[in-house]
Amino acid sequence: MRPDPERELALDPLLDDPGTRIVVCCGSGGVGKTTTAAALGLRAAERGRKVVVLTIDPARRLAQSMGIDRLDNTPRRVPGIDGSAGGELHAMMLDMKRTFDEIVEAHADPERAAAILANPFYQSLSAGFAGTQEYMAMEKLGQLRARDEWDLIVVDTPPSRSALDFLDAPERLGSFLDGRLIRLLTAPAKLGGRAGMKVLNVGMSVMTGTLGKLLGGSLLKDVQTFVAAMDTTLGGFRGRAEATYKLLQAPGTAFLVVAAPERDALREAAYFVERLAAERMPLAGLVLNRVHGSDAAHLSADRATAAAETLVAENSSSGRIVDHTSGKAAGNSPDTQSSSTLPAPDGPPDPGSPASPRSEVQTLITQAPEAQAPEAQDAETQDPTEVDRLTAGLLRLHAERMRMTAREQRTRDGFTALHPDVPVTEVPALAGDVHDLAGLRDIGARLAASRADSPGQADAPEREDEQAKTTTREEASAQQDAPAQT
Amino acid sequence: MVRLDDVSRLQVVSGKGGTGKTTVAAALSLALATGGKRTLLVEVEGRQGIAQLFGTQALPYEERKIAVAPGGGEVHALAIDPELALLDYLQMFYKLGSAGRALKKLGAIDFATTVAPGLRDVLLTGKACEAVRRKDKAGRFVYDHVVMDAPPTGRVTRFLNVNDEVAGLARVGPIHHQAQAVMGVLKSPQTQVHLVTLLEEMPVQETADGIAELRAADLPVGRVVVNMVRPVLLDGDGLELAGSVSHAEVARSLAAAGLGGARRGGAAERLVEPLLRQAEEYAERYTLERRQREVLAGVGLPLAELPLLTDGVDLAGLYGLAALLRNQGVS
Repeated sequence: MRPDPERELALDPLLDDPGTRIVVCCGSGGVGKTTTAAALGLRAAERGRKVVVLTIDPARRLAQSMGIDRLDNTPRRVPGIDGSAGGELHAMMLDMKRTFDEIVEAHADPERAAAILANPFYQSLSAGFAGTQEYMAMEKLGQLRARDEWDLIVVDTPPSRSALDFLDAPERLGSFLDGRLIRLLTAPAKLGGRAGMKVLNVGMSVMTGTLGKLLGGSLLKDVQTFVAAMDTTLGGFRGRAEATYKLLQAPGTAFLVVAAPERDALREAAYFVERLAAERMPLAGLVLNRVHGSDAAHLSADRATAAAETLVAENSSSGRIVDHTSGKAAGNSPDTQSSSTLPAPDGPPDPGSPASPRSEVQTLITQAPEAQAPEAQDAETQDPTEVDRLTAGLLRLHAERMRMTAREQRTRDGFTALHPDVPVTEVPALAGDVHDLAGLRDIGARLAASRADSPGQADAPEREDEQAKTTTREEASAQQDAPAQT
Repeated sequence: MVRLDDVSRLQVVSGKGGTGKTTVAAALSLALATGGKRTLLVEVEGRQGIAQLFGTQALPYEERKIAVAPGGGEVHALAIDPELALLDYLQMFYKLGSAGRALKKLGAIDFATTVAPGLRDVLLTGKACEAVRRKDKAGRFVYDHVVMDAPPTGRVTRFLNVNDEVAGLARVGPIHHQAQAVMGVLKSPQTQVHLVTLLEEMPVQETADGIAELRAADLPVGRVVVNMVRPVLLDGDGLELAGSVSHAEVARSLAAAGLGGARRGGAAERLVEPLLRQAEEYAERYTLERRQREVLAGVGLPLAELPLLTDGVDLAGLYGLAALLRNQGVS
């Protein structure tokens, strides 16, 4: 069953559309969100747009590749991109404390600002409050948008424990700082609470007493001073949070939910899709990273495994393998074959080493001879035994790949069944991590490629039809080989 | 004086997001319970990951048995809710009674746990440490081991180093004392912090950074658990051969295995290229993983390895992982 082409997420039109002003990449941790954001930013810039990428917590080498390893909270132009289409790429890494400080500095007179910045409660809040990072990311987004220097802003979202934190946190921080309780607590500091609050005040003094005991009286005082100072200088935090929300709901904003084809990541993605719909935030689609495929998809896992067993069994019955293997493999009969699919008690080299119980198949594979027998080296052609062993390995590799592909497809189908109308783009898995612009460019190409072009996603060619299957990959690896243009 | 077991009684499991730390924590709690022991598996981030893993309903803020281990052991689980932990705590020290509920209704509890992130951490770690120290009437420890599914590597040092966290907030008072008591447990040999990683660059880098941070904070680091290790299907020799082998010979070998004709354009011959390309990708990963292994060898901690469960982690898989941890002397 091939995916409906209408449900494919086409990213190039989205990136090229001048109406697209903000792209938000969100999703749970560890799914390649930051890399996706950076790759989209680069692609959009090389297609002619003036882009700024706001990253939250990039891996060091990814940050270095974009020249933003200095954390100075200001967008920097990324060198080395192909500007022939007239685009530019800028990037910055969020410094949440610095962003918070800047808000204070921008809205309070210097004396008051200094008092706030020195307040211990403020310091704890700005560095550690559970939602501060999310809130400041949104604040920064608002600032960048207000400067109107870029025609596309690509935002990464914080590595929260759940993708939903990112939507909840600004509201939480806003309502916390603007909340009833904090107002009540700070009422005494604001000279004369209303008369009608007398009754409540009795309860309040009990409560502040308890909290004071618990937290130490000084903290409460710090909070009161802080809120009083903030309140008179800043507009309400809730108001700012609401403005951010409106910005996210506005046309021109596109949310991309990033996930990997794993159960947990896709469950998070499904929650998030539902949440965006509930908040009337514009979802562009799902980016499914690290998808595996195979160009030999017509050879099933079971058949590949059986063929590998045939090869090994043939060799062992003709005694060819036995000549070359160490003592352990001497009894390489079908019997030991099957028993070696259990973790062998005396398995790989050093049973005491942590590496020992690694895998079922490893036992079998590591029995490959350490050194080739002399006659094998003499032979002109490659020893058929060696080739058979290699072929058996290739077939097992393929079987593993096919099983993974099937599992990923099942997981994906589960998501699609729940959300059939969410467009999806799949990004083939890379063997390594990305640490230069060439790598990002490669990811960008994979992101934008339609599924039909992706290796292994198309139906395996039964005819002598080589072209469809590797175009993307070869292009990609050609780009990867090219040195970063600096 | 009670002699400490070889294995620390509080086992904290952290790791970068997506490395499977909840799975490892659960497998560890099973491994430690094997042979008639009782362990408590503690969740602190309110994600209900443990319930999902064991296929049970959402865990309440209450210790309950969720699994039996081989040899008569028991795994109990607890999802700590910071608000309820604070109420518990207030109850214990101030005998608040209904006033506690009133505080909750007013939002004071929410306020107190959000106003001071350190406070929440003290409550969470405090609850775990209380379980570590708890004894029954006969004076025996109620739990032989407590395993904590902790926040991710990037936040775990801050989370555990509650003393520093609350120092600026509560210089005196019960929270201050509580923090002191918690740090007493966390910095002692009773505790070990394990980091879960994958054989990929970013998680390995984060693990190395995390270890440095934990050490700088004087927190006892235990092991690195390399998770989701994929099977070695072709070793270095095989990969070298894959790079130089003649396609015709592989085709012949495939044909011999019953996968069609080896002639040009035959079914077997058409498989050769895709299969060799998969081997190339595999080789790239193999090299990368070996490099990451070298980095991990450099951090100077014992390693443990767990295989990738291709079909996802189910209960049977969890028991399998627990057995592997035992084999590697982790428990």
